Order: sequence, then C-alpha cells, then structure tokens
Amino acid sequence: MPATSVQIVEEAALKVRNLDFYYGDFKGLNGINLDIARHKVTAFIGPSGCGKSTLLRTFNRMYDLYPGQRAEGEILFNGNNLLDRKQDVNMVRAKIGMVFQKPTPFPMTIYENIAFGVRLYERLSPSEMGARVEWALRKAALWDEVKDKLQQSGLSLSGGQQQRLCIARAVAVKPEVVLLDEPTSALDPISTAKVEELVDELKADYTIAIVTHNMQQAARISDYTAFMYLGDLIEFGKTDELFVQPKAKQTEDYITGRFG
Amino acid sequence: MHEAAEVAPVDLHAAKIRVFKLQDMIFHKVTLLFALVVLAGLAGILVSLAVEAMPTLRTFGLSFLWRNVWSVPDDEYGALIAIYGTLVSSFIALLIAVPVSFGIALFLTETCPAWLKRPLGTAIELLAGVPSIIYGIWGLFIFAPLFAEHVQPHLQKVLGDVPVIGAWFAGPPIGIGILTAGIVLSLMVIPFVASVMRDVFETVPPVLKESVYGVGCTTWEVVWNIVLPYTRVGVIGGIMLGLGRALGETMAVTFVIGNANRITGSLFSPGNSIASVLANEFGEADPGLHIASLFALGLVLFVITFIVLAASRWLIARGTARQGR
Amino acid sequence: MQLYTRRVLINRLGIGLSMVAMAFGLMALMWILWTLFSKGFAALSWEFFSQDTPAPGSEGGGLRNAIVGSMMIIGVTTLVSTPIGILAGIYLAEFGRTSKFAAVTRFVTDIMLSAPSIVIGLFVYALMVATLGGFSGWAGSVALSLIAIPVVVRTTENMLRLVPATLREAAFAVGAPHWKVSISITLRAVKAGVVTGVLLAIARVTGETAPLLFTALNNQFFSTDMSQPMGNLPVVIYQFAMSPYDNWISLAWGGALLIALLVLAINIGARILFRQKDKL
Repeated sequence: MPATSVQIVEEAALKVRNLDFYYGDFKGLNGINLDIARHKVTAFIGPSGCGKSTLLRTFNRMYDLYPGQRAEGEILFNGNNLLDRKQDVNMVRAKIGMVFQKPTPFPMTIYENIAFGVRLYERLSPSEMGARVEWALRKAALWDEVKDKLQQSGLSLSGGQQQRLCIARAVAVKPEVVLLDEPTSALDPISTAKVEELVDELKADYTIAIVTHNMQQAARISDYTAFMYLGDLIEFGKTDELFVQPKAKQTEDYITGRFG
Repeated sequence: MHEAAEVAPVDLHAAKIRVFKLQDMIFHKVTLLFALVVLAGLAGILVSLAVEAMPTLRTFGLSFLWRNVWSVPDDEYGALIAIYGTLVSSFIALLIAVPVSFGIALFLTETCPAWLKRPLGTAIELLAGVPSIIYGIWGLFIFAPLFAEHVQPHLQKVLGDVPVIGAWFAGPPIGIGILTAGIVLSLMVIPFVASVMRDVFETVPPVLKESVYGVGCTTWEVVWNIVLPYTRVGVIGGIMLGLGRALGETMAVTFVIGNANRITGSLFSPGNSIASVLANEFGEADPGLHIASLFALGLVLFVITFIVLAASRWLIARGTARQGR
Repeated sequence: MQLYTRRVLINRLGIGLSMVAMAFGLMALMWILWTLFSKGFAALSWEFFSQDTPAPGSEGGGLRNAIVGSMMIIGVTTLVSTPIGILAGIYLAEFGRTSKFAAVTRFVTDIMLSAPSIVIGLFVYALMVATLGGFSGWAGSVALSLIAIPVVVRTTENMLRLVPATLREAAFAVGAPHWKVSISITLRAVKAGVVTGVLLAIARVTGETAPLLFTALNNQFFSTDMSQPMGNLPVVIYQFAMSPYDNWISLAWGGALLIALLVLAINIGARILFRQKDKL
C-alpha cells in the first residue's frame, strides 16, 4: 500500500505529487507522494531496482538526457512544477546539485573543477573566485588536503578525496538542494565516515536527499526516511520512528534483513 | 549563517539560460552541418562523376561496360579491359592474401607466445599504414625483375603445357603484368585482412574455446570447427574489406601492371586496371569523349567498391555484434 | 591410436602452415622495408633537402620544393579536416545516438574510410580544377581532407562513446549547457584519443598519391602559392620512379623513405600517446 501521508514534514523544499515514471513502456515509479523537508536529510532506502535512484533523478530531470524516459505528475520547487516542459532544466540543475555513486571529477585541475560550475552562472573576479573555491573546499572538508595542489588534475586525488571534490563542486554553485546518489558505495570506510560527517554539517545550509544501500547509514545521518519497493513508496516518516516502529510489514522485513 | 539562501540573483540566471539555449541550438546545428559535409562528400562524388561521364554514357550507353576496346586515336572507349584487369588482379591478390592472413591471424590469436603477441600485432598494424606507393616502387624495381628471371620461366616450364591453365602463363616473361600486380596487391592487403581476422577471432569467448579444448581437441580442430564457424561472418567481412582496398588501389598497381589496353588471357601479359588507366591517362586526357570515359570508369570503380565495402561493413558489424552464428 | 596420430599430424601441419604464413608475411614486408632503407638512405644528402627537383637530363637535384609543398598541403588538410571531423564526430556521439540520419552518416563515413582515393581525386578535379581554372595546392588539400575527415569523425565518435555516462551526467548536473558539457568535459576527457585520431588521419594522407595526381599536380619549381600547381612528395616519387633518369629514380627512393619514416613515426607516436592515456 503506497503511503499517502505527506503532512509529516514541517517545511517542504520539494513537494512530490502523484509522480509516475516510465522507461519506455516500463513503469518505474507508481504515484509517488512525499515532501522533502527543508534543511533536513531525507534518505531513500530499498532493495536494488526499487526506484529510489530513479526518484532522485527526477528531482534534477537527469532523465531528460535519455530519450524514452519520462515523468508525469508534479514536483513543486519554490512554487514551480519542475516537470513542466517550460521549466528550463539548466536552471533546475543549477539550484539542485547532484553527487553520483562513483566520483566524477572533471578532466581539469582541482581549482577548475570547482570554478567550472560557478562560472556558468556568476561573473566573479579572480579573487572572489579564489575565495569561493576555498569556501567550497572547506565546506567539503577537503581544503587542508588540497590547498597546496589546486593546479593538479582532479583525477590525481584518491577516491574519497575525489568524492568530496564532487561534493564541493555541487556546493560551490550555492544550490538549495543537494542530491546524493549512493555517494559512499564506492568508498572505503574511512572516506565513508568523512562523507557522512559532511552530510551532517551541510544540512544546516542545504536540503539533502540521499539514496543509500546501507540502512545503518540512513539511520545514522537522516532525519526522514522513505522506504521504496518495486516503484512504490511503501513507507515514509521520521527516521527514528520508521526504524523503531515500522508501520508496513515490508518495511519491517527489509530493515530486519529478511529480504532485499 | 544561511549562505545558501543568498543565491545569485534570479534574473542573472534567467538571462544566462536564454544565452545557453541559443548557444546549444547553434551548437547542435553546427555539428549537424559538419556531419552533413561527410554525406555531401559522398553525394558530390556520385553526382559529379555521373555528370562528367554523361557524354560517354550517351554515346555508348550501357554497352560501355562490356565494350572490349580502349583507343584514344579512334575515340572508341569501353570499360571491359580495365574491369577485367581490376577484377583479375584483385582476385589473385585475395587468393594469396586470404590464406596468408588467416595463418597470421591464427598464429597471433592461438599459438603466438604472449610476449610476442603485442609486437607482432603492432607490426602488422603499422604495415597497414605503409603508403601504397612504396609497394608500387618496390614491385617495379625489385620484385618484377626477380620475378621475370627466377619465377616466370619456371612457372611456364611446369604449367605451360597443361591445357587451359597453360594459356594463363603464356607470353614473354617480362616481370610486369596482371599476375605481378596481383602479387604486389596481395602484400598490400595482407595487413588489413590479417588485423580484421585477428580482431574477430578474439571475439570468441574463451569459455567456448576452453570447453572444446576440454574434450581433447587439438588447436587446429578448435580453430577449424569452433573459431572459424563462430566468426564466419566477420571473417568474410574482413576479406571483403581487403577486396575493397584491392579494387580501388592505384599506386601499388599502376607501377607493375604494364599499362596495356588489351585482354590477352595470359596473366603474364601487361594489362590495365581502372585505377591505373585513370592514373596514367587522366592528366593528359583530351577534353571530350576521352575525359568523359575516364570519369565513367571512375564511376564504375566507385559503384563496385561501394557495394563491396557496404557488404563488408555490414558483415563486420554483424560479425562483431552478434558474434558469428 | 592411428586416428589420434592423424589428428596430431593435421594439427602440426595446420599450426606449421600458420607459422609459415606469419614468416612469409613478415619476410615480404621486411624485404620491402629493407630495400626502402638501403636504396633510400643512399639518396639522402644535404642537396636532397636543399635543392629543388632537377630538370629532365640534368644532374643532381633534391626534393626541397616537394617537401615544402607536401608540408603545406598536409598542413592545410589538417587545419580543415580536424575541426570538421571533430564536430561531425561530436554530432554523431551527442545528438545522433538513435537517429536514422546519424546511422546513415556513420555508414557513409565507414565506406569513405576505404573508398578508392583516385575517385576522390576525380571528384575534386571536377569540383575545383575544371571550374576554377587549373590545378592548385588548395585542390590537393581539399582532396586529402575528404580522405582525412572520415578518419577523424570515426575516432572522435568512438572515443566520445567511451566516456562514462556518469561523467556526462555530472557535467549536466551542475547546470552546464550541452555545448559546454561536450567541449569542456567529454571532449576534454578523451583529448588523447582524439589527437590520436588526427595523427592517424595525417599519417593516412601523407602517403596518398592518387588524389593529388589531378588536383595539386606537380611543380618542378619551388612555390608556396597554394593557388598554383604545387610540388609534393608522392607525385614526384611517382613521376621520378617511372622516368629513365638514374638521379630521378634515386630521388624517388629517397622520397619514398622519407614518407615511410614520417608515416611510421606518426603512427608510433599516436600509439604511445594513446597508451599513456590508458594508464591515467
């Protein structure tokens, strides 16, 4: 039974209403309704193929890149429907940043990796840009490690550093929402811990939606959790409540490790 | 400390986005335009050759294709001599190149020691890049004299009296001629055919080969019964690619084919291929029927190679995508 | 047991023949290269590079005009075909993943990769020489560009297709417009591969003779005027090798060696460059 309770969130940054998603003829999401709370961390969990990444990718219309994929319904962001055809996707993506499963540094210097996105929408003087790059790298807790090698290739960093560079890049354009698509699944435990700490700090300024395979991670870092299964939103609620007292049978089975 | 709240002014974003939209539209159209250049090249070749060949096609009609005459003084032209030379020299080239290339590909994929695989493979690929004019002058100055002195007389002695086949080796052993052109061409296409064959042989899943080795088959049996049937389509594609190269090759052939406009039936005698006629005569051709006939030859060559290459591409694509069957 | 022996013998024969084929191929090709080196090096001298092609019957001479002419024609070819080829390759990789038009373009490009080069010479003759009033270096460059462009298009497209989807997505995710994603991110990520493609295209046209016969023609004298007939190595080699003069034939060998060395050097350079990229 898809959950329809969306009123639990106090102040919503994103409101998802009756969202359906199609890969060609295949329906990937069925009538999703939920709110993403402002300046909180919302986690999406569920077994592989449940649609959690698909849902995340509708928030910045990443699916637009692939012909045959389409979404129906509404995602309200600052009063605009993101799915509206007239809505410009570049605008959406500048306001809603994304970090991917695998680190994706651009093939340029560390400095340029950060400046690239900023330069798209803002005209900054060199000193302002330098300050912005430092600010973003500090936000991503990477500054101390890279401040002496800003002119080196982003590809020269370790996997964990690369991922934090990607977070810095997403933060640098000062978005309102940051989407994290399994950001730690390719990282070692120490890097994972650093990224998790980072998420906790970032939520003071940003709305965060994170997809994760790892239930403990969801329990550790999120304020709200959505459990999805086969394209349905099964249960959505405060993380403490969902993990302690799941309402749906499937949620309980999943979080107790009986399937998935 | 809500830095995220003070985002850049919205109107700046909106203005930027209008610019981006325009730039993207232009980017799309510009790249499309350049993709069209390639298509326009092909269309241009077909149209210009057909237009320039018009006088010949009007005079001789389709019979141009099978008229056995090419005489500038009489202003009489037909494509048969050149088509014959092109097809026969290419056929000889394949006759030699296919088994040799198969052997090379077999050696490289099955029996070559691992440390030699890369250098030998690279050597074959590099040789595919050697300009054809080099094969041509080597053929003219080195191969043809040796061939005339040491090989042709023996061939004549051994095969000259055999009925039917004997006629192929009749005539004075002068070194240059259709057979020589075929041999030089074969050396030129071997690297192409061998590297395609090697690539398609490598698409055979190791599991499949291992399972056949597992029942006690020898290397030869694995190649002959498994690898070859499995990659049949791709192998034929590779051969067709070599054929396409051989048909259109100018320089490796022009030096050694002898440039004589007649069909004698002997492989020792000089002949002409379409490309060699063009290379020899086009520069000094008289305006009128002569030059139009040369364009007509060019059109014939282009159509033949187009068909062969199209078939080859289709087969190679099928061979690597579906991996045989 | 007899059957087994037979099978082993057949196997030995087959493997043996494949080794013979390999040896035959390598030896024939070594023979060609060896001749080229021995005859070619004999022709190389200071005069070879400093003097122009000799008149019929006169002694000595060099290939200066042909070397310079070839460099200019190939230089223009590179400048023309690189941007066209890269942009067309981007179109196929970025906008043409599923369209019919792109599939046709891809097919035609593959055909043009192996199309008879002499026919391209005929086409450019009809297009430029006959209409614009004469043979010229420009016409030579256009003919060579038609051969080089498909090489660049295909390598660019193939390289771009190797870019991981997540890198493209990440670039779009910061709100970058499509052209910026293509130029600054994906193309940049495969820079080494694309440069390799351009180098291979240069290597390919360096030795092409047939398309220059009726376009750039030849010029016995030193000239840097691209609107006039222009000396170039392949055509000089062709004409000199067919001539009765010993010094011309010797120069032809020298020119052939020069071209072969250049082509091999570019090919090897391209491979090294590409392999280094692999390690990154």
